[in-house]
Amino acid sequence: MTASGVTGRRRAAHPLARLLVRRLGAMVLLLLGISLVTFVLTSLVPGDPARAALGPVQGEDEAAVAAWNSRNGLDKPIPVRYLVYLSNLLRGDLGVSQQTGTPVLDDLIAYIPATAELAIISVLLASLIGVGLGVAAALRRDTLLDQVLRVVSLGGVSVPVFWLGLIVLYLGFFVFDLFPGGGRIDPLAIPPAEITHLYTLDALFAGDLAATGAALHHLALPAAVLAAYNIGYIARFTRTAVLEVINHDYVRAAHAKGLPARTVVRRYVLRAALPSMIQILGFAFAGVLTGAVLIEAIFSWPGIGGYAYRAAVSLDLPAITGVTMFVAVVYISVNFVIDVLYGVIDPRIRAG
Amino acid sequence: MSTPPGTAPGTVPLRPFWRRRPPARWRGGGRLDGRTRALWRRPMAVISITVILVWLLAAALAPVLPGPGPLAQDAGRFEAPSGTHWFGTDELGRDVFSRVLYGARTSLPLAVMLVALSLVAGTVLGALAGYFRGWVDSVLMRLCDLLFAFPGIVLAMVVTAVLGPSVTNAMLALVIISWPWYARIVRGLVISIGDAEYVSARRLLGVSARRTLVEDVLPNIAGPVLVLATLDLGGAILLLSGLSFLGLGAQPPAAEWGLMVSSGTQYFQFWWVSTFPGLAIFSVVLAFNCLGDTLRDVFDPQTSFTRAPSAGAGGTAPDKTGGSAVTP
Repeated sequence: MTASGVTGRRRAAHPLARLLVRRLGAMVLLLLGISLVTFVLTSLVPGDPARAALGPVQGEDEAAVAAWNSRNGLDKPIPVRYLVYLSNLLRGDLGVSQQTGTPVLDDLIAYIPATAELAIISVLLASLIGVGLGVAAALRRDTLLDQVLRVVSLGGVSVPVFWLGLIVLYLGFFVFDLFPGGGRIDPLAIPPAEITHLYTLDALFAGDLAATGAALHHLALPAAVLAAYNIGYIARFTRTAVLEVINHDYVRAAHAKGLPARTVVRRYVLRAALPSMIQILGFAFAGVLTGAVLIEAIFSWPGIGGYAYRAAVSLDLPAITGVTMFVAVVYISVNFVIDVLYGVIDPRIRAG
Repeated sequence: MSTPPGTAPGTVPLRPFWRRRPPARWRGGGRLDGRTRALWRRPMAVISITVILVWLLAAALAPVLPGPGPLAQDAGRFEAPSGTHWFGTDELGRDVFSRVLYGARTSLPLAVMLVALSLVAGTVLGALAGYFRGWVDSVLMRLCDLLFAFPGIVLAMVVTAVLGPSVTNAMLALVIISWPWYARIVRGLVISIGDAEYVSARRLLGVSARRTLVEDVLPNIAGPVLVLATLDLGGAILLLSGLSFLGLGAQPPAAEWGLMVSSGTQYFQFWWVSTFPGLAIFSVVLAFNCLGDTLRDVFDPQTSFTRAPSAGAGGTAPDKTGGSAVTP
């Protein structure tokens, strides 16, 4: 390890703090890059934003168009326009959605809680099941169970989510009528008082167990469908991560000194495999966001995935870029948190 | 075994010809040959290769096979699966079975093209980054980081929306999001191989950088990268059909699997309209993923951890003479 802080004059910052600063810097750069990408994409679009915004009557008036252009900075050279775009973004101005006619930011704020609830439950579900299956497969390596789990997890990553959602909805709602046909809560029920905007938590806070149950009932199918891909992915990854540590000498030593197998797995194997398993969570989150775009429409889930779907179908560019921007920011932030967690768990990372 | 008479002491007795190991050139590509045979011994590989071949055949023979064709509307709407219409008919009275078969003609070539384009772009850029390092490397890798920051389908959605929805544009959009994966892996491989002694030796002998890159480095990364590409074909089909499902890929009335599933969402009670195209996607993606997984097992024992690694029996001794020839 480097002799940090030995030079005397100035104590070097705590390695974790340095990791934090380094990652924060990278994150800011990435965000800038993302804004550049969306800017380039939106400027590529053929068409005249001024005429689109002013409408057919005022759009014929050259003076009005010029005024609109100068008001929105469109008469400036491109680098300046990028800065204008950036400052708009910083003020939360993502443009106005063509399909809803409201600012994209307002739309996003309205739709985010539903997706957040779905994503969190789904990632939790997928992590629990995926890690369980992966550990089981690794411990019973090369047995029939391992083979079966291999096919199951490959099946999970191979199934098209949008199709799985449809099949599950068809069976669960249409044929057997075990689950509601979509939405977050019964259409006639009054949504719980909004504190977190996550229905399950809000209902719990309100002490309304029936509403909590109803919210969970509505969540079950879409969350399970979204989890399918991640279960397969996490299971495969966990299996590899566990196999990587299972043959180490310290594991053998733990076995040799007579610790019960369960303790060895929990305290030595899983502990060592934990850092790489944390890393996978970032990918799991990306998988959920991708899946949300594809299945929220099927389950009439009022989230940003469904919003993005409708935006895509109607080619509503401000809305699509807004969602992209938001998703990228979430994804980067999640990965930032994971990187830092990784550093907390595994001290070797902090130095690198 | 007794030494046959007439052989000098200390030499290996010559076996009768039928017990000799055939010379290396008869044994095919040596290392690769053994691995290919190992592949055939795995039932999963055999099954998945069969499924893929069946789909390829279906794609090739779809126009020749008897059937009403993908666009013919000569049956009633929403007929349930029956002897005449194995998979039923859709909202316009088209035969779902024919459409599923024809769907293979869209999905498979497009997926191959998508993977090939990203492979080429990623390999070229990754090799440049890994070989020249320096600013080329940092710029390209930051670009990769940037593209990694977008969850695939969302960025692809923007790109297709900007370019205009069509299958080709969907594929191009997906190339933009998938080349960085290849670039990063190729870069890593090129760096590890570029540091190998035989490459430095060639460079010190005065061979140009470009020639070592093409003649020494690239052949050595071809195997792993091709395995990766196979692994990726399934994902490519999924992404392409996903974009079509969103209405950003194939446009009606094309027979494309994702589009067909999407049309089924409006006719919920007629389950066959979207079930069969979805099963088609599932089966072919699963086959590619199983094949990729087995390939990785066979070709990359480091990450597969199956037993019987055969412990590199023979031929792994490092080339010490080659190394010393380089040192001044």
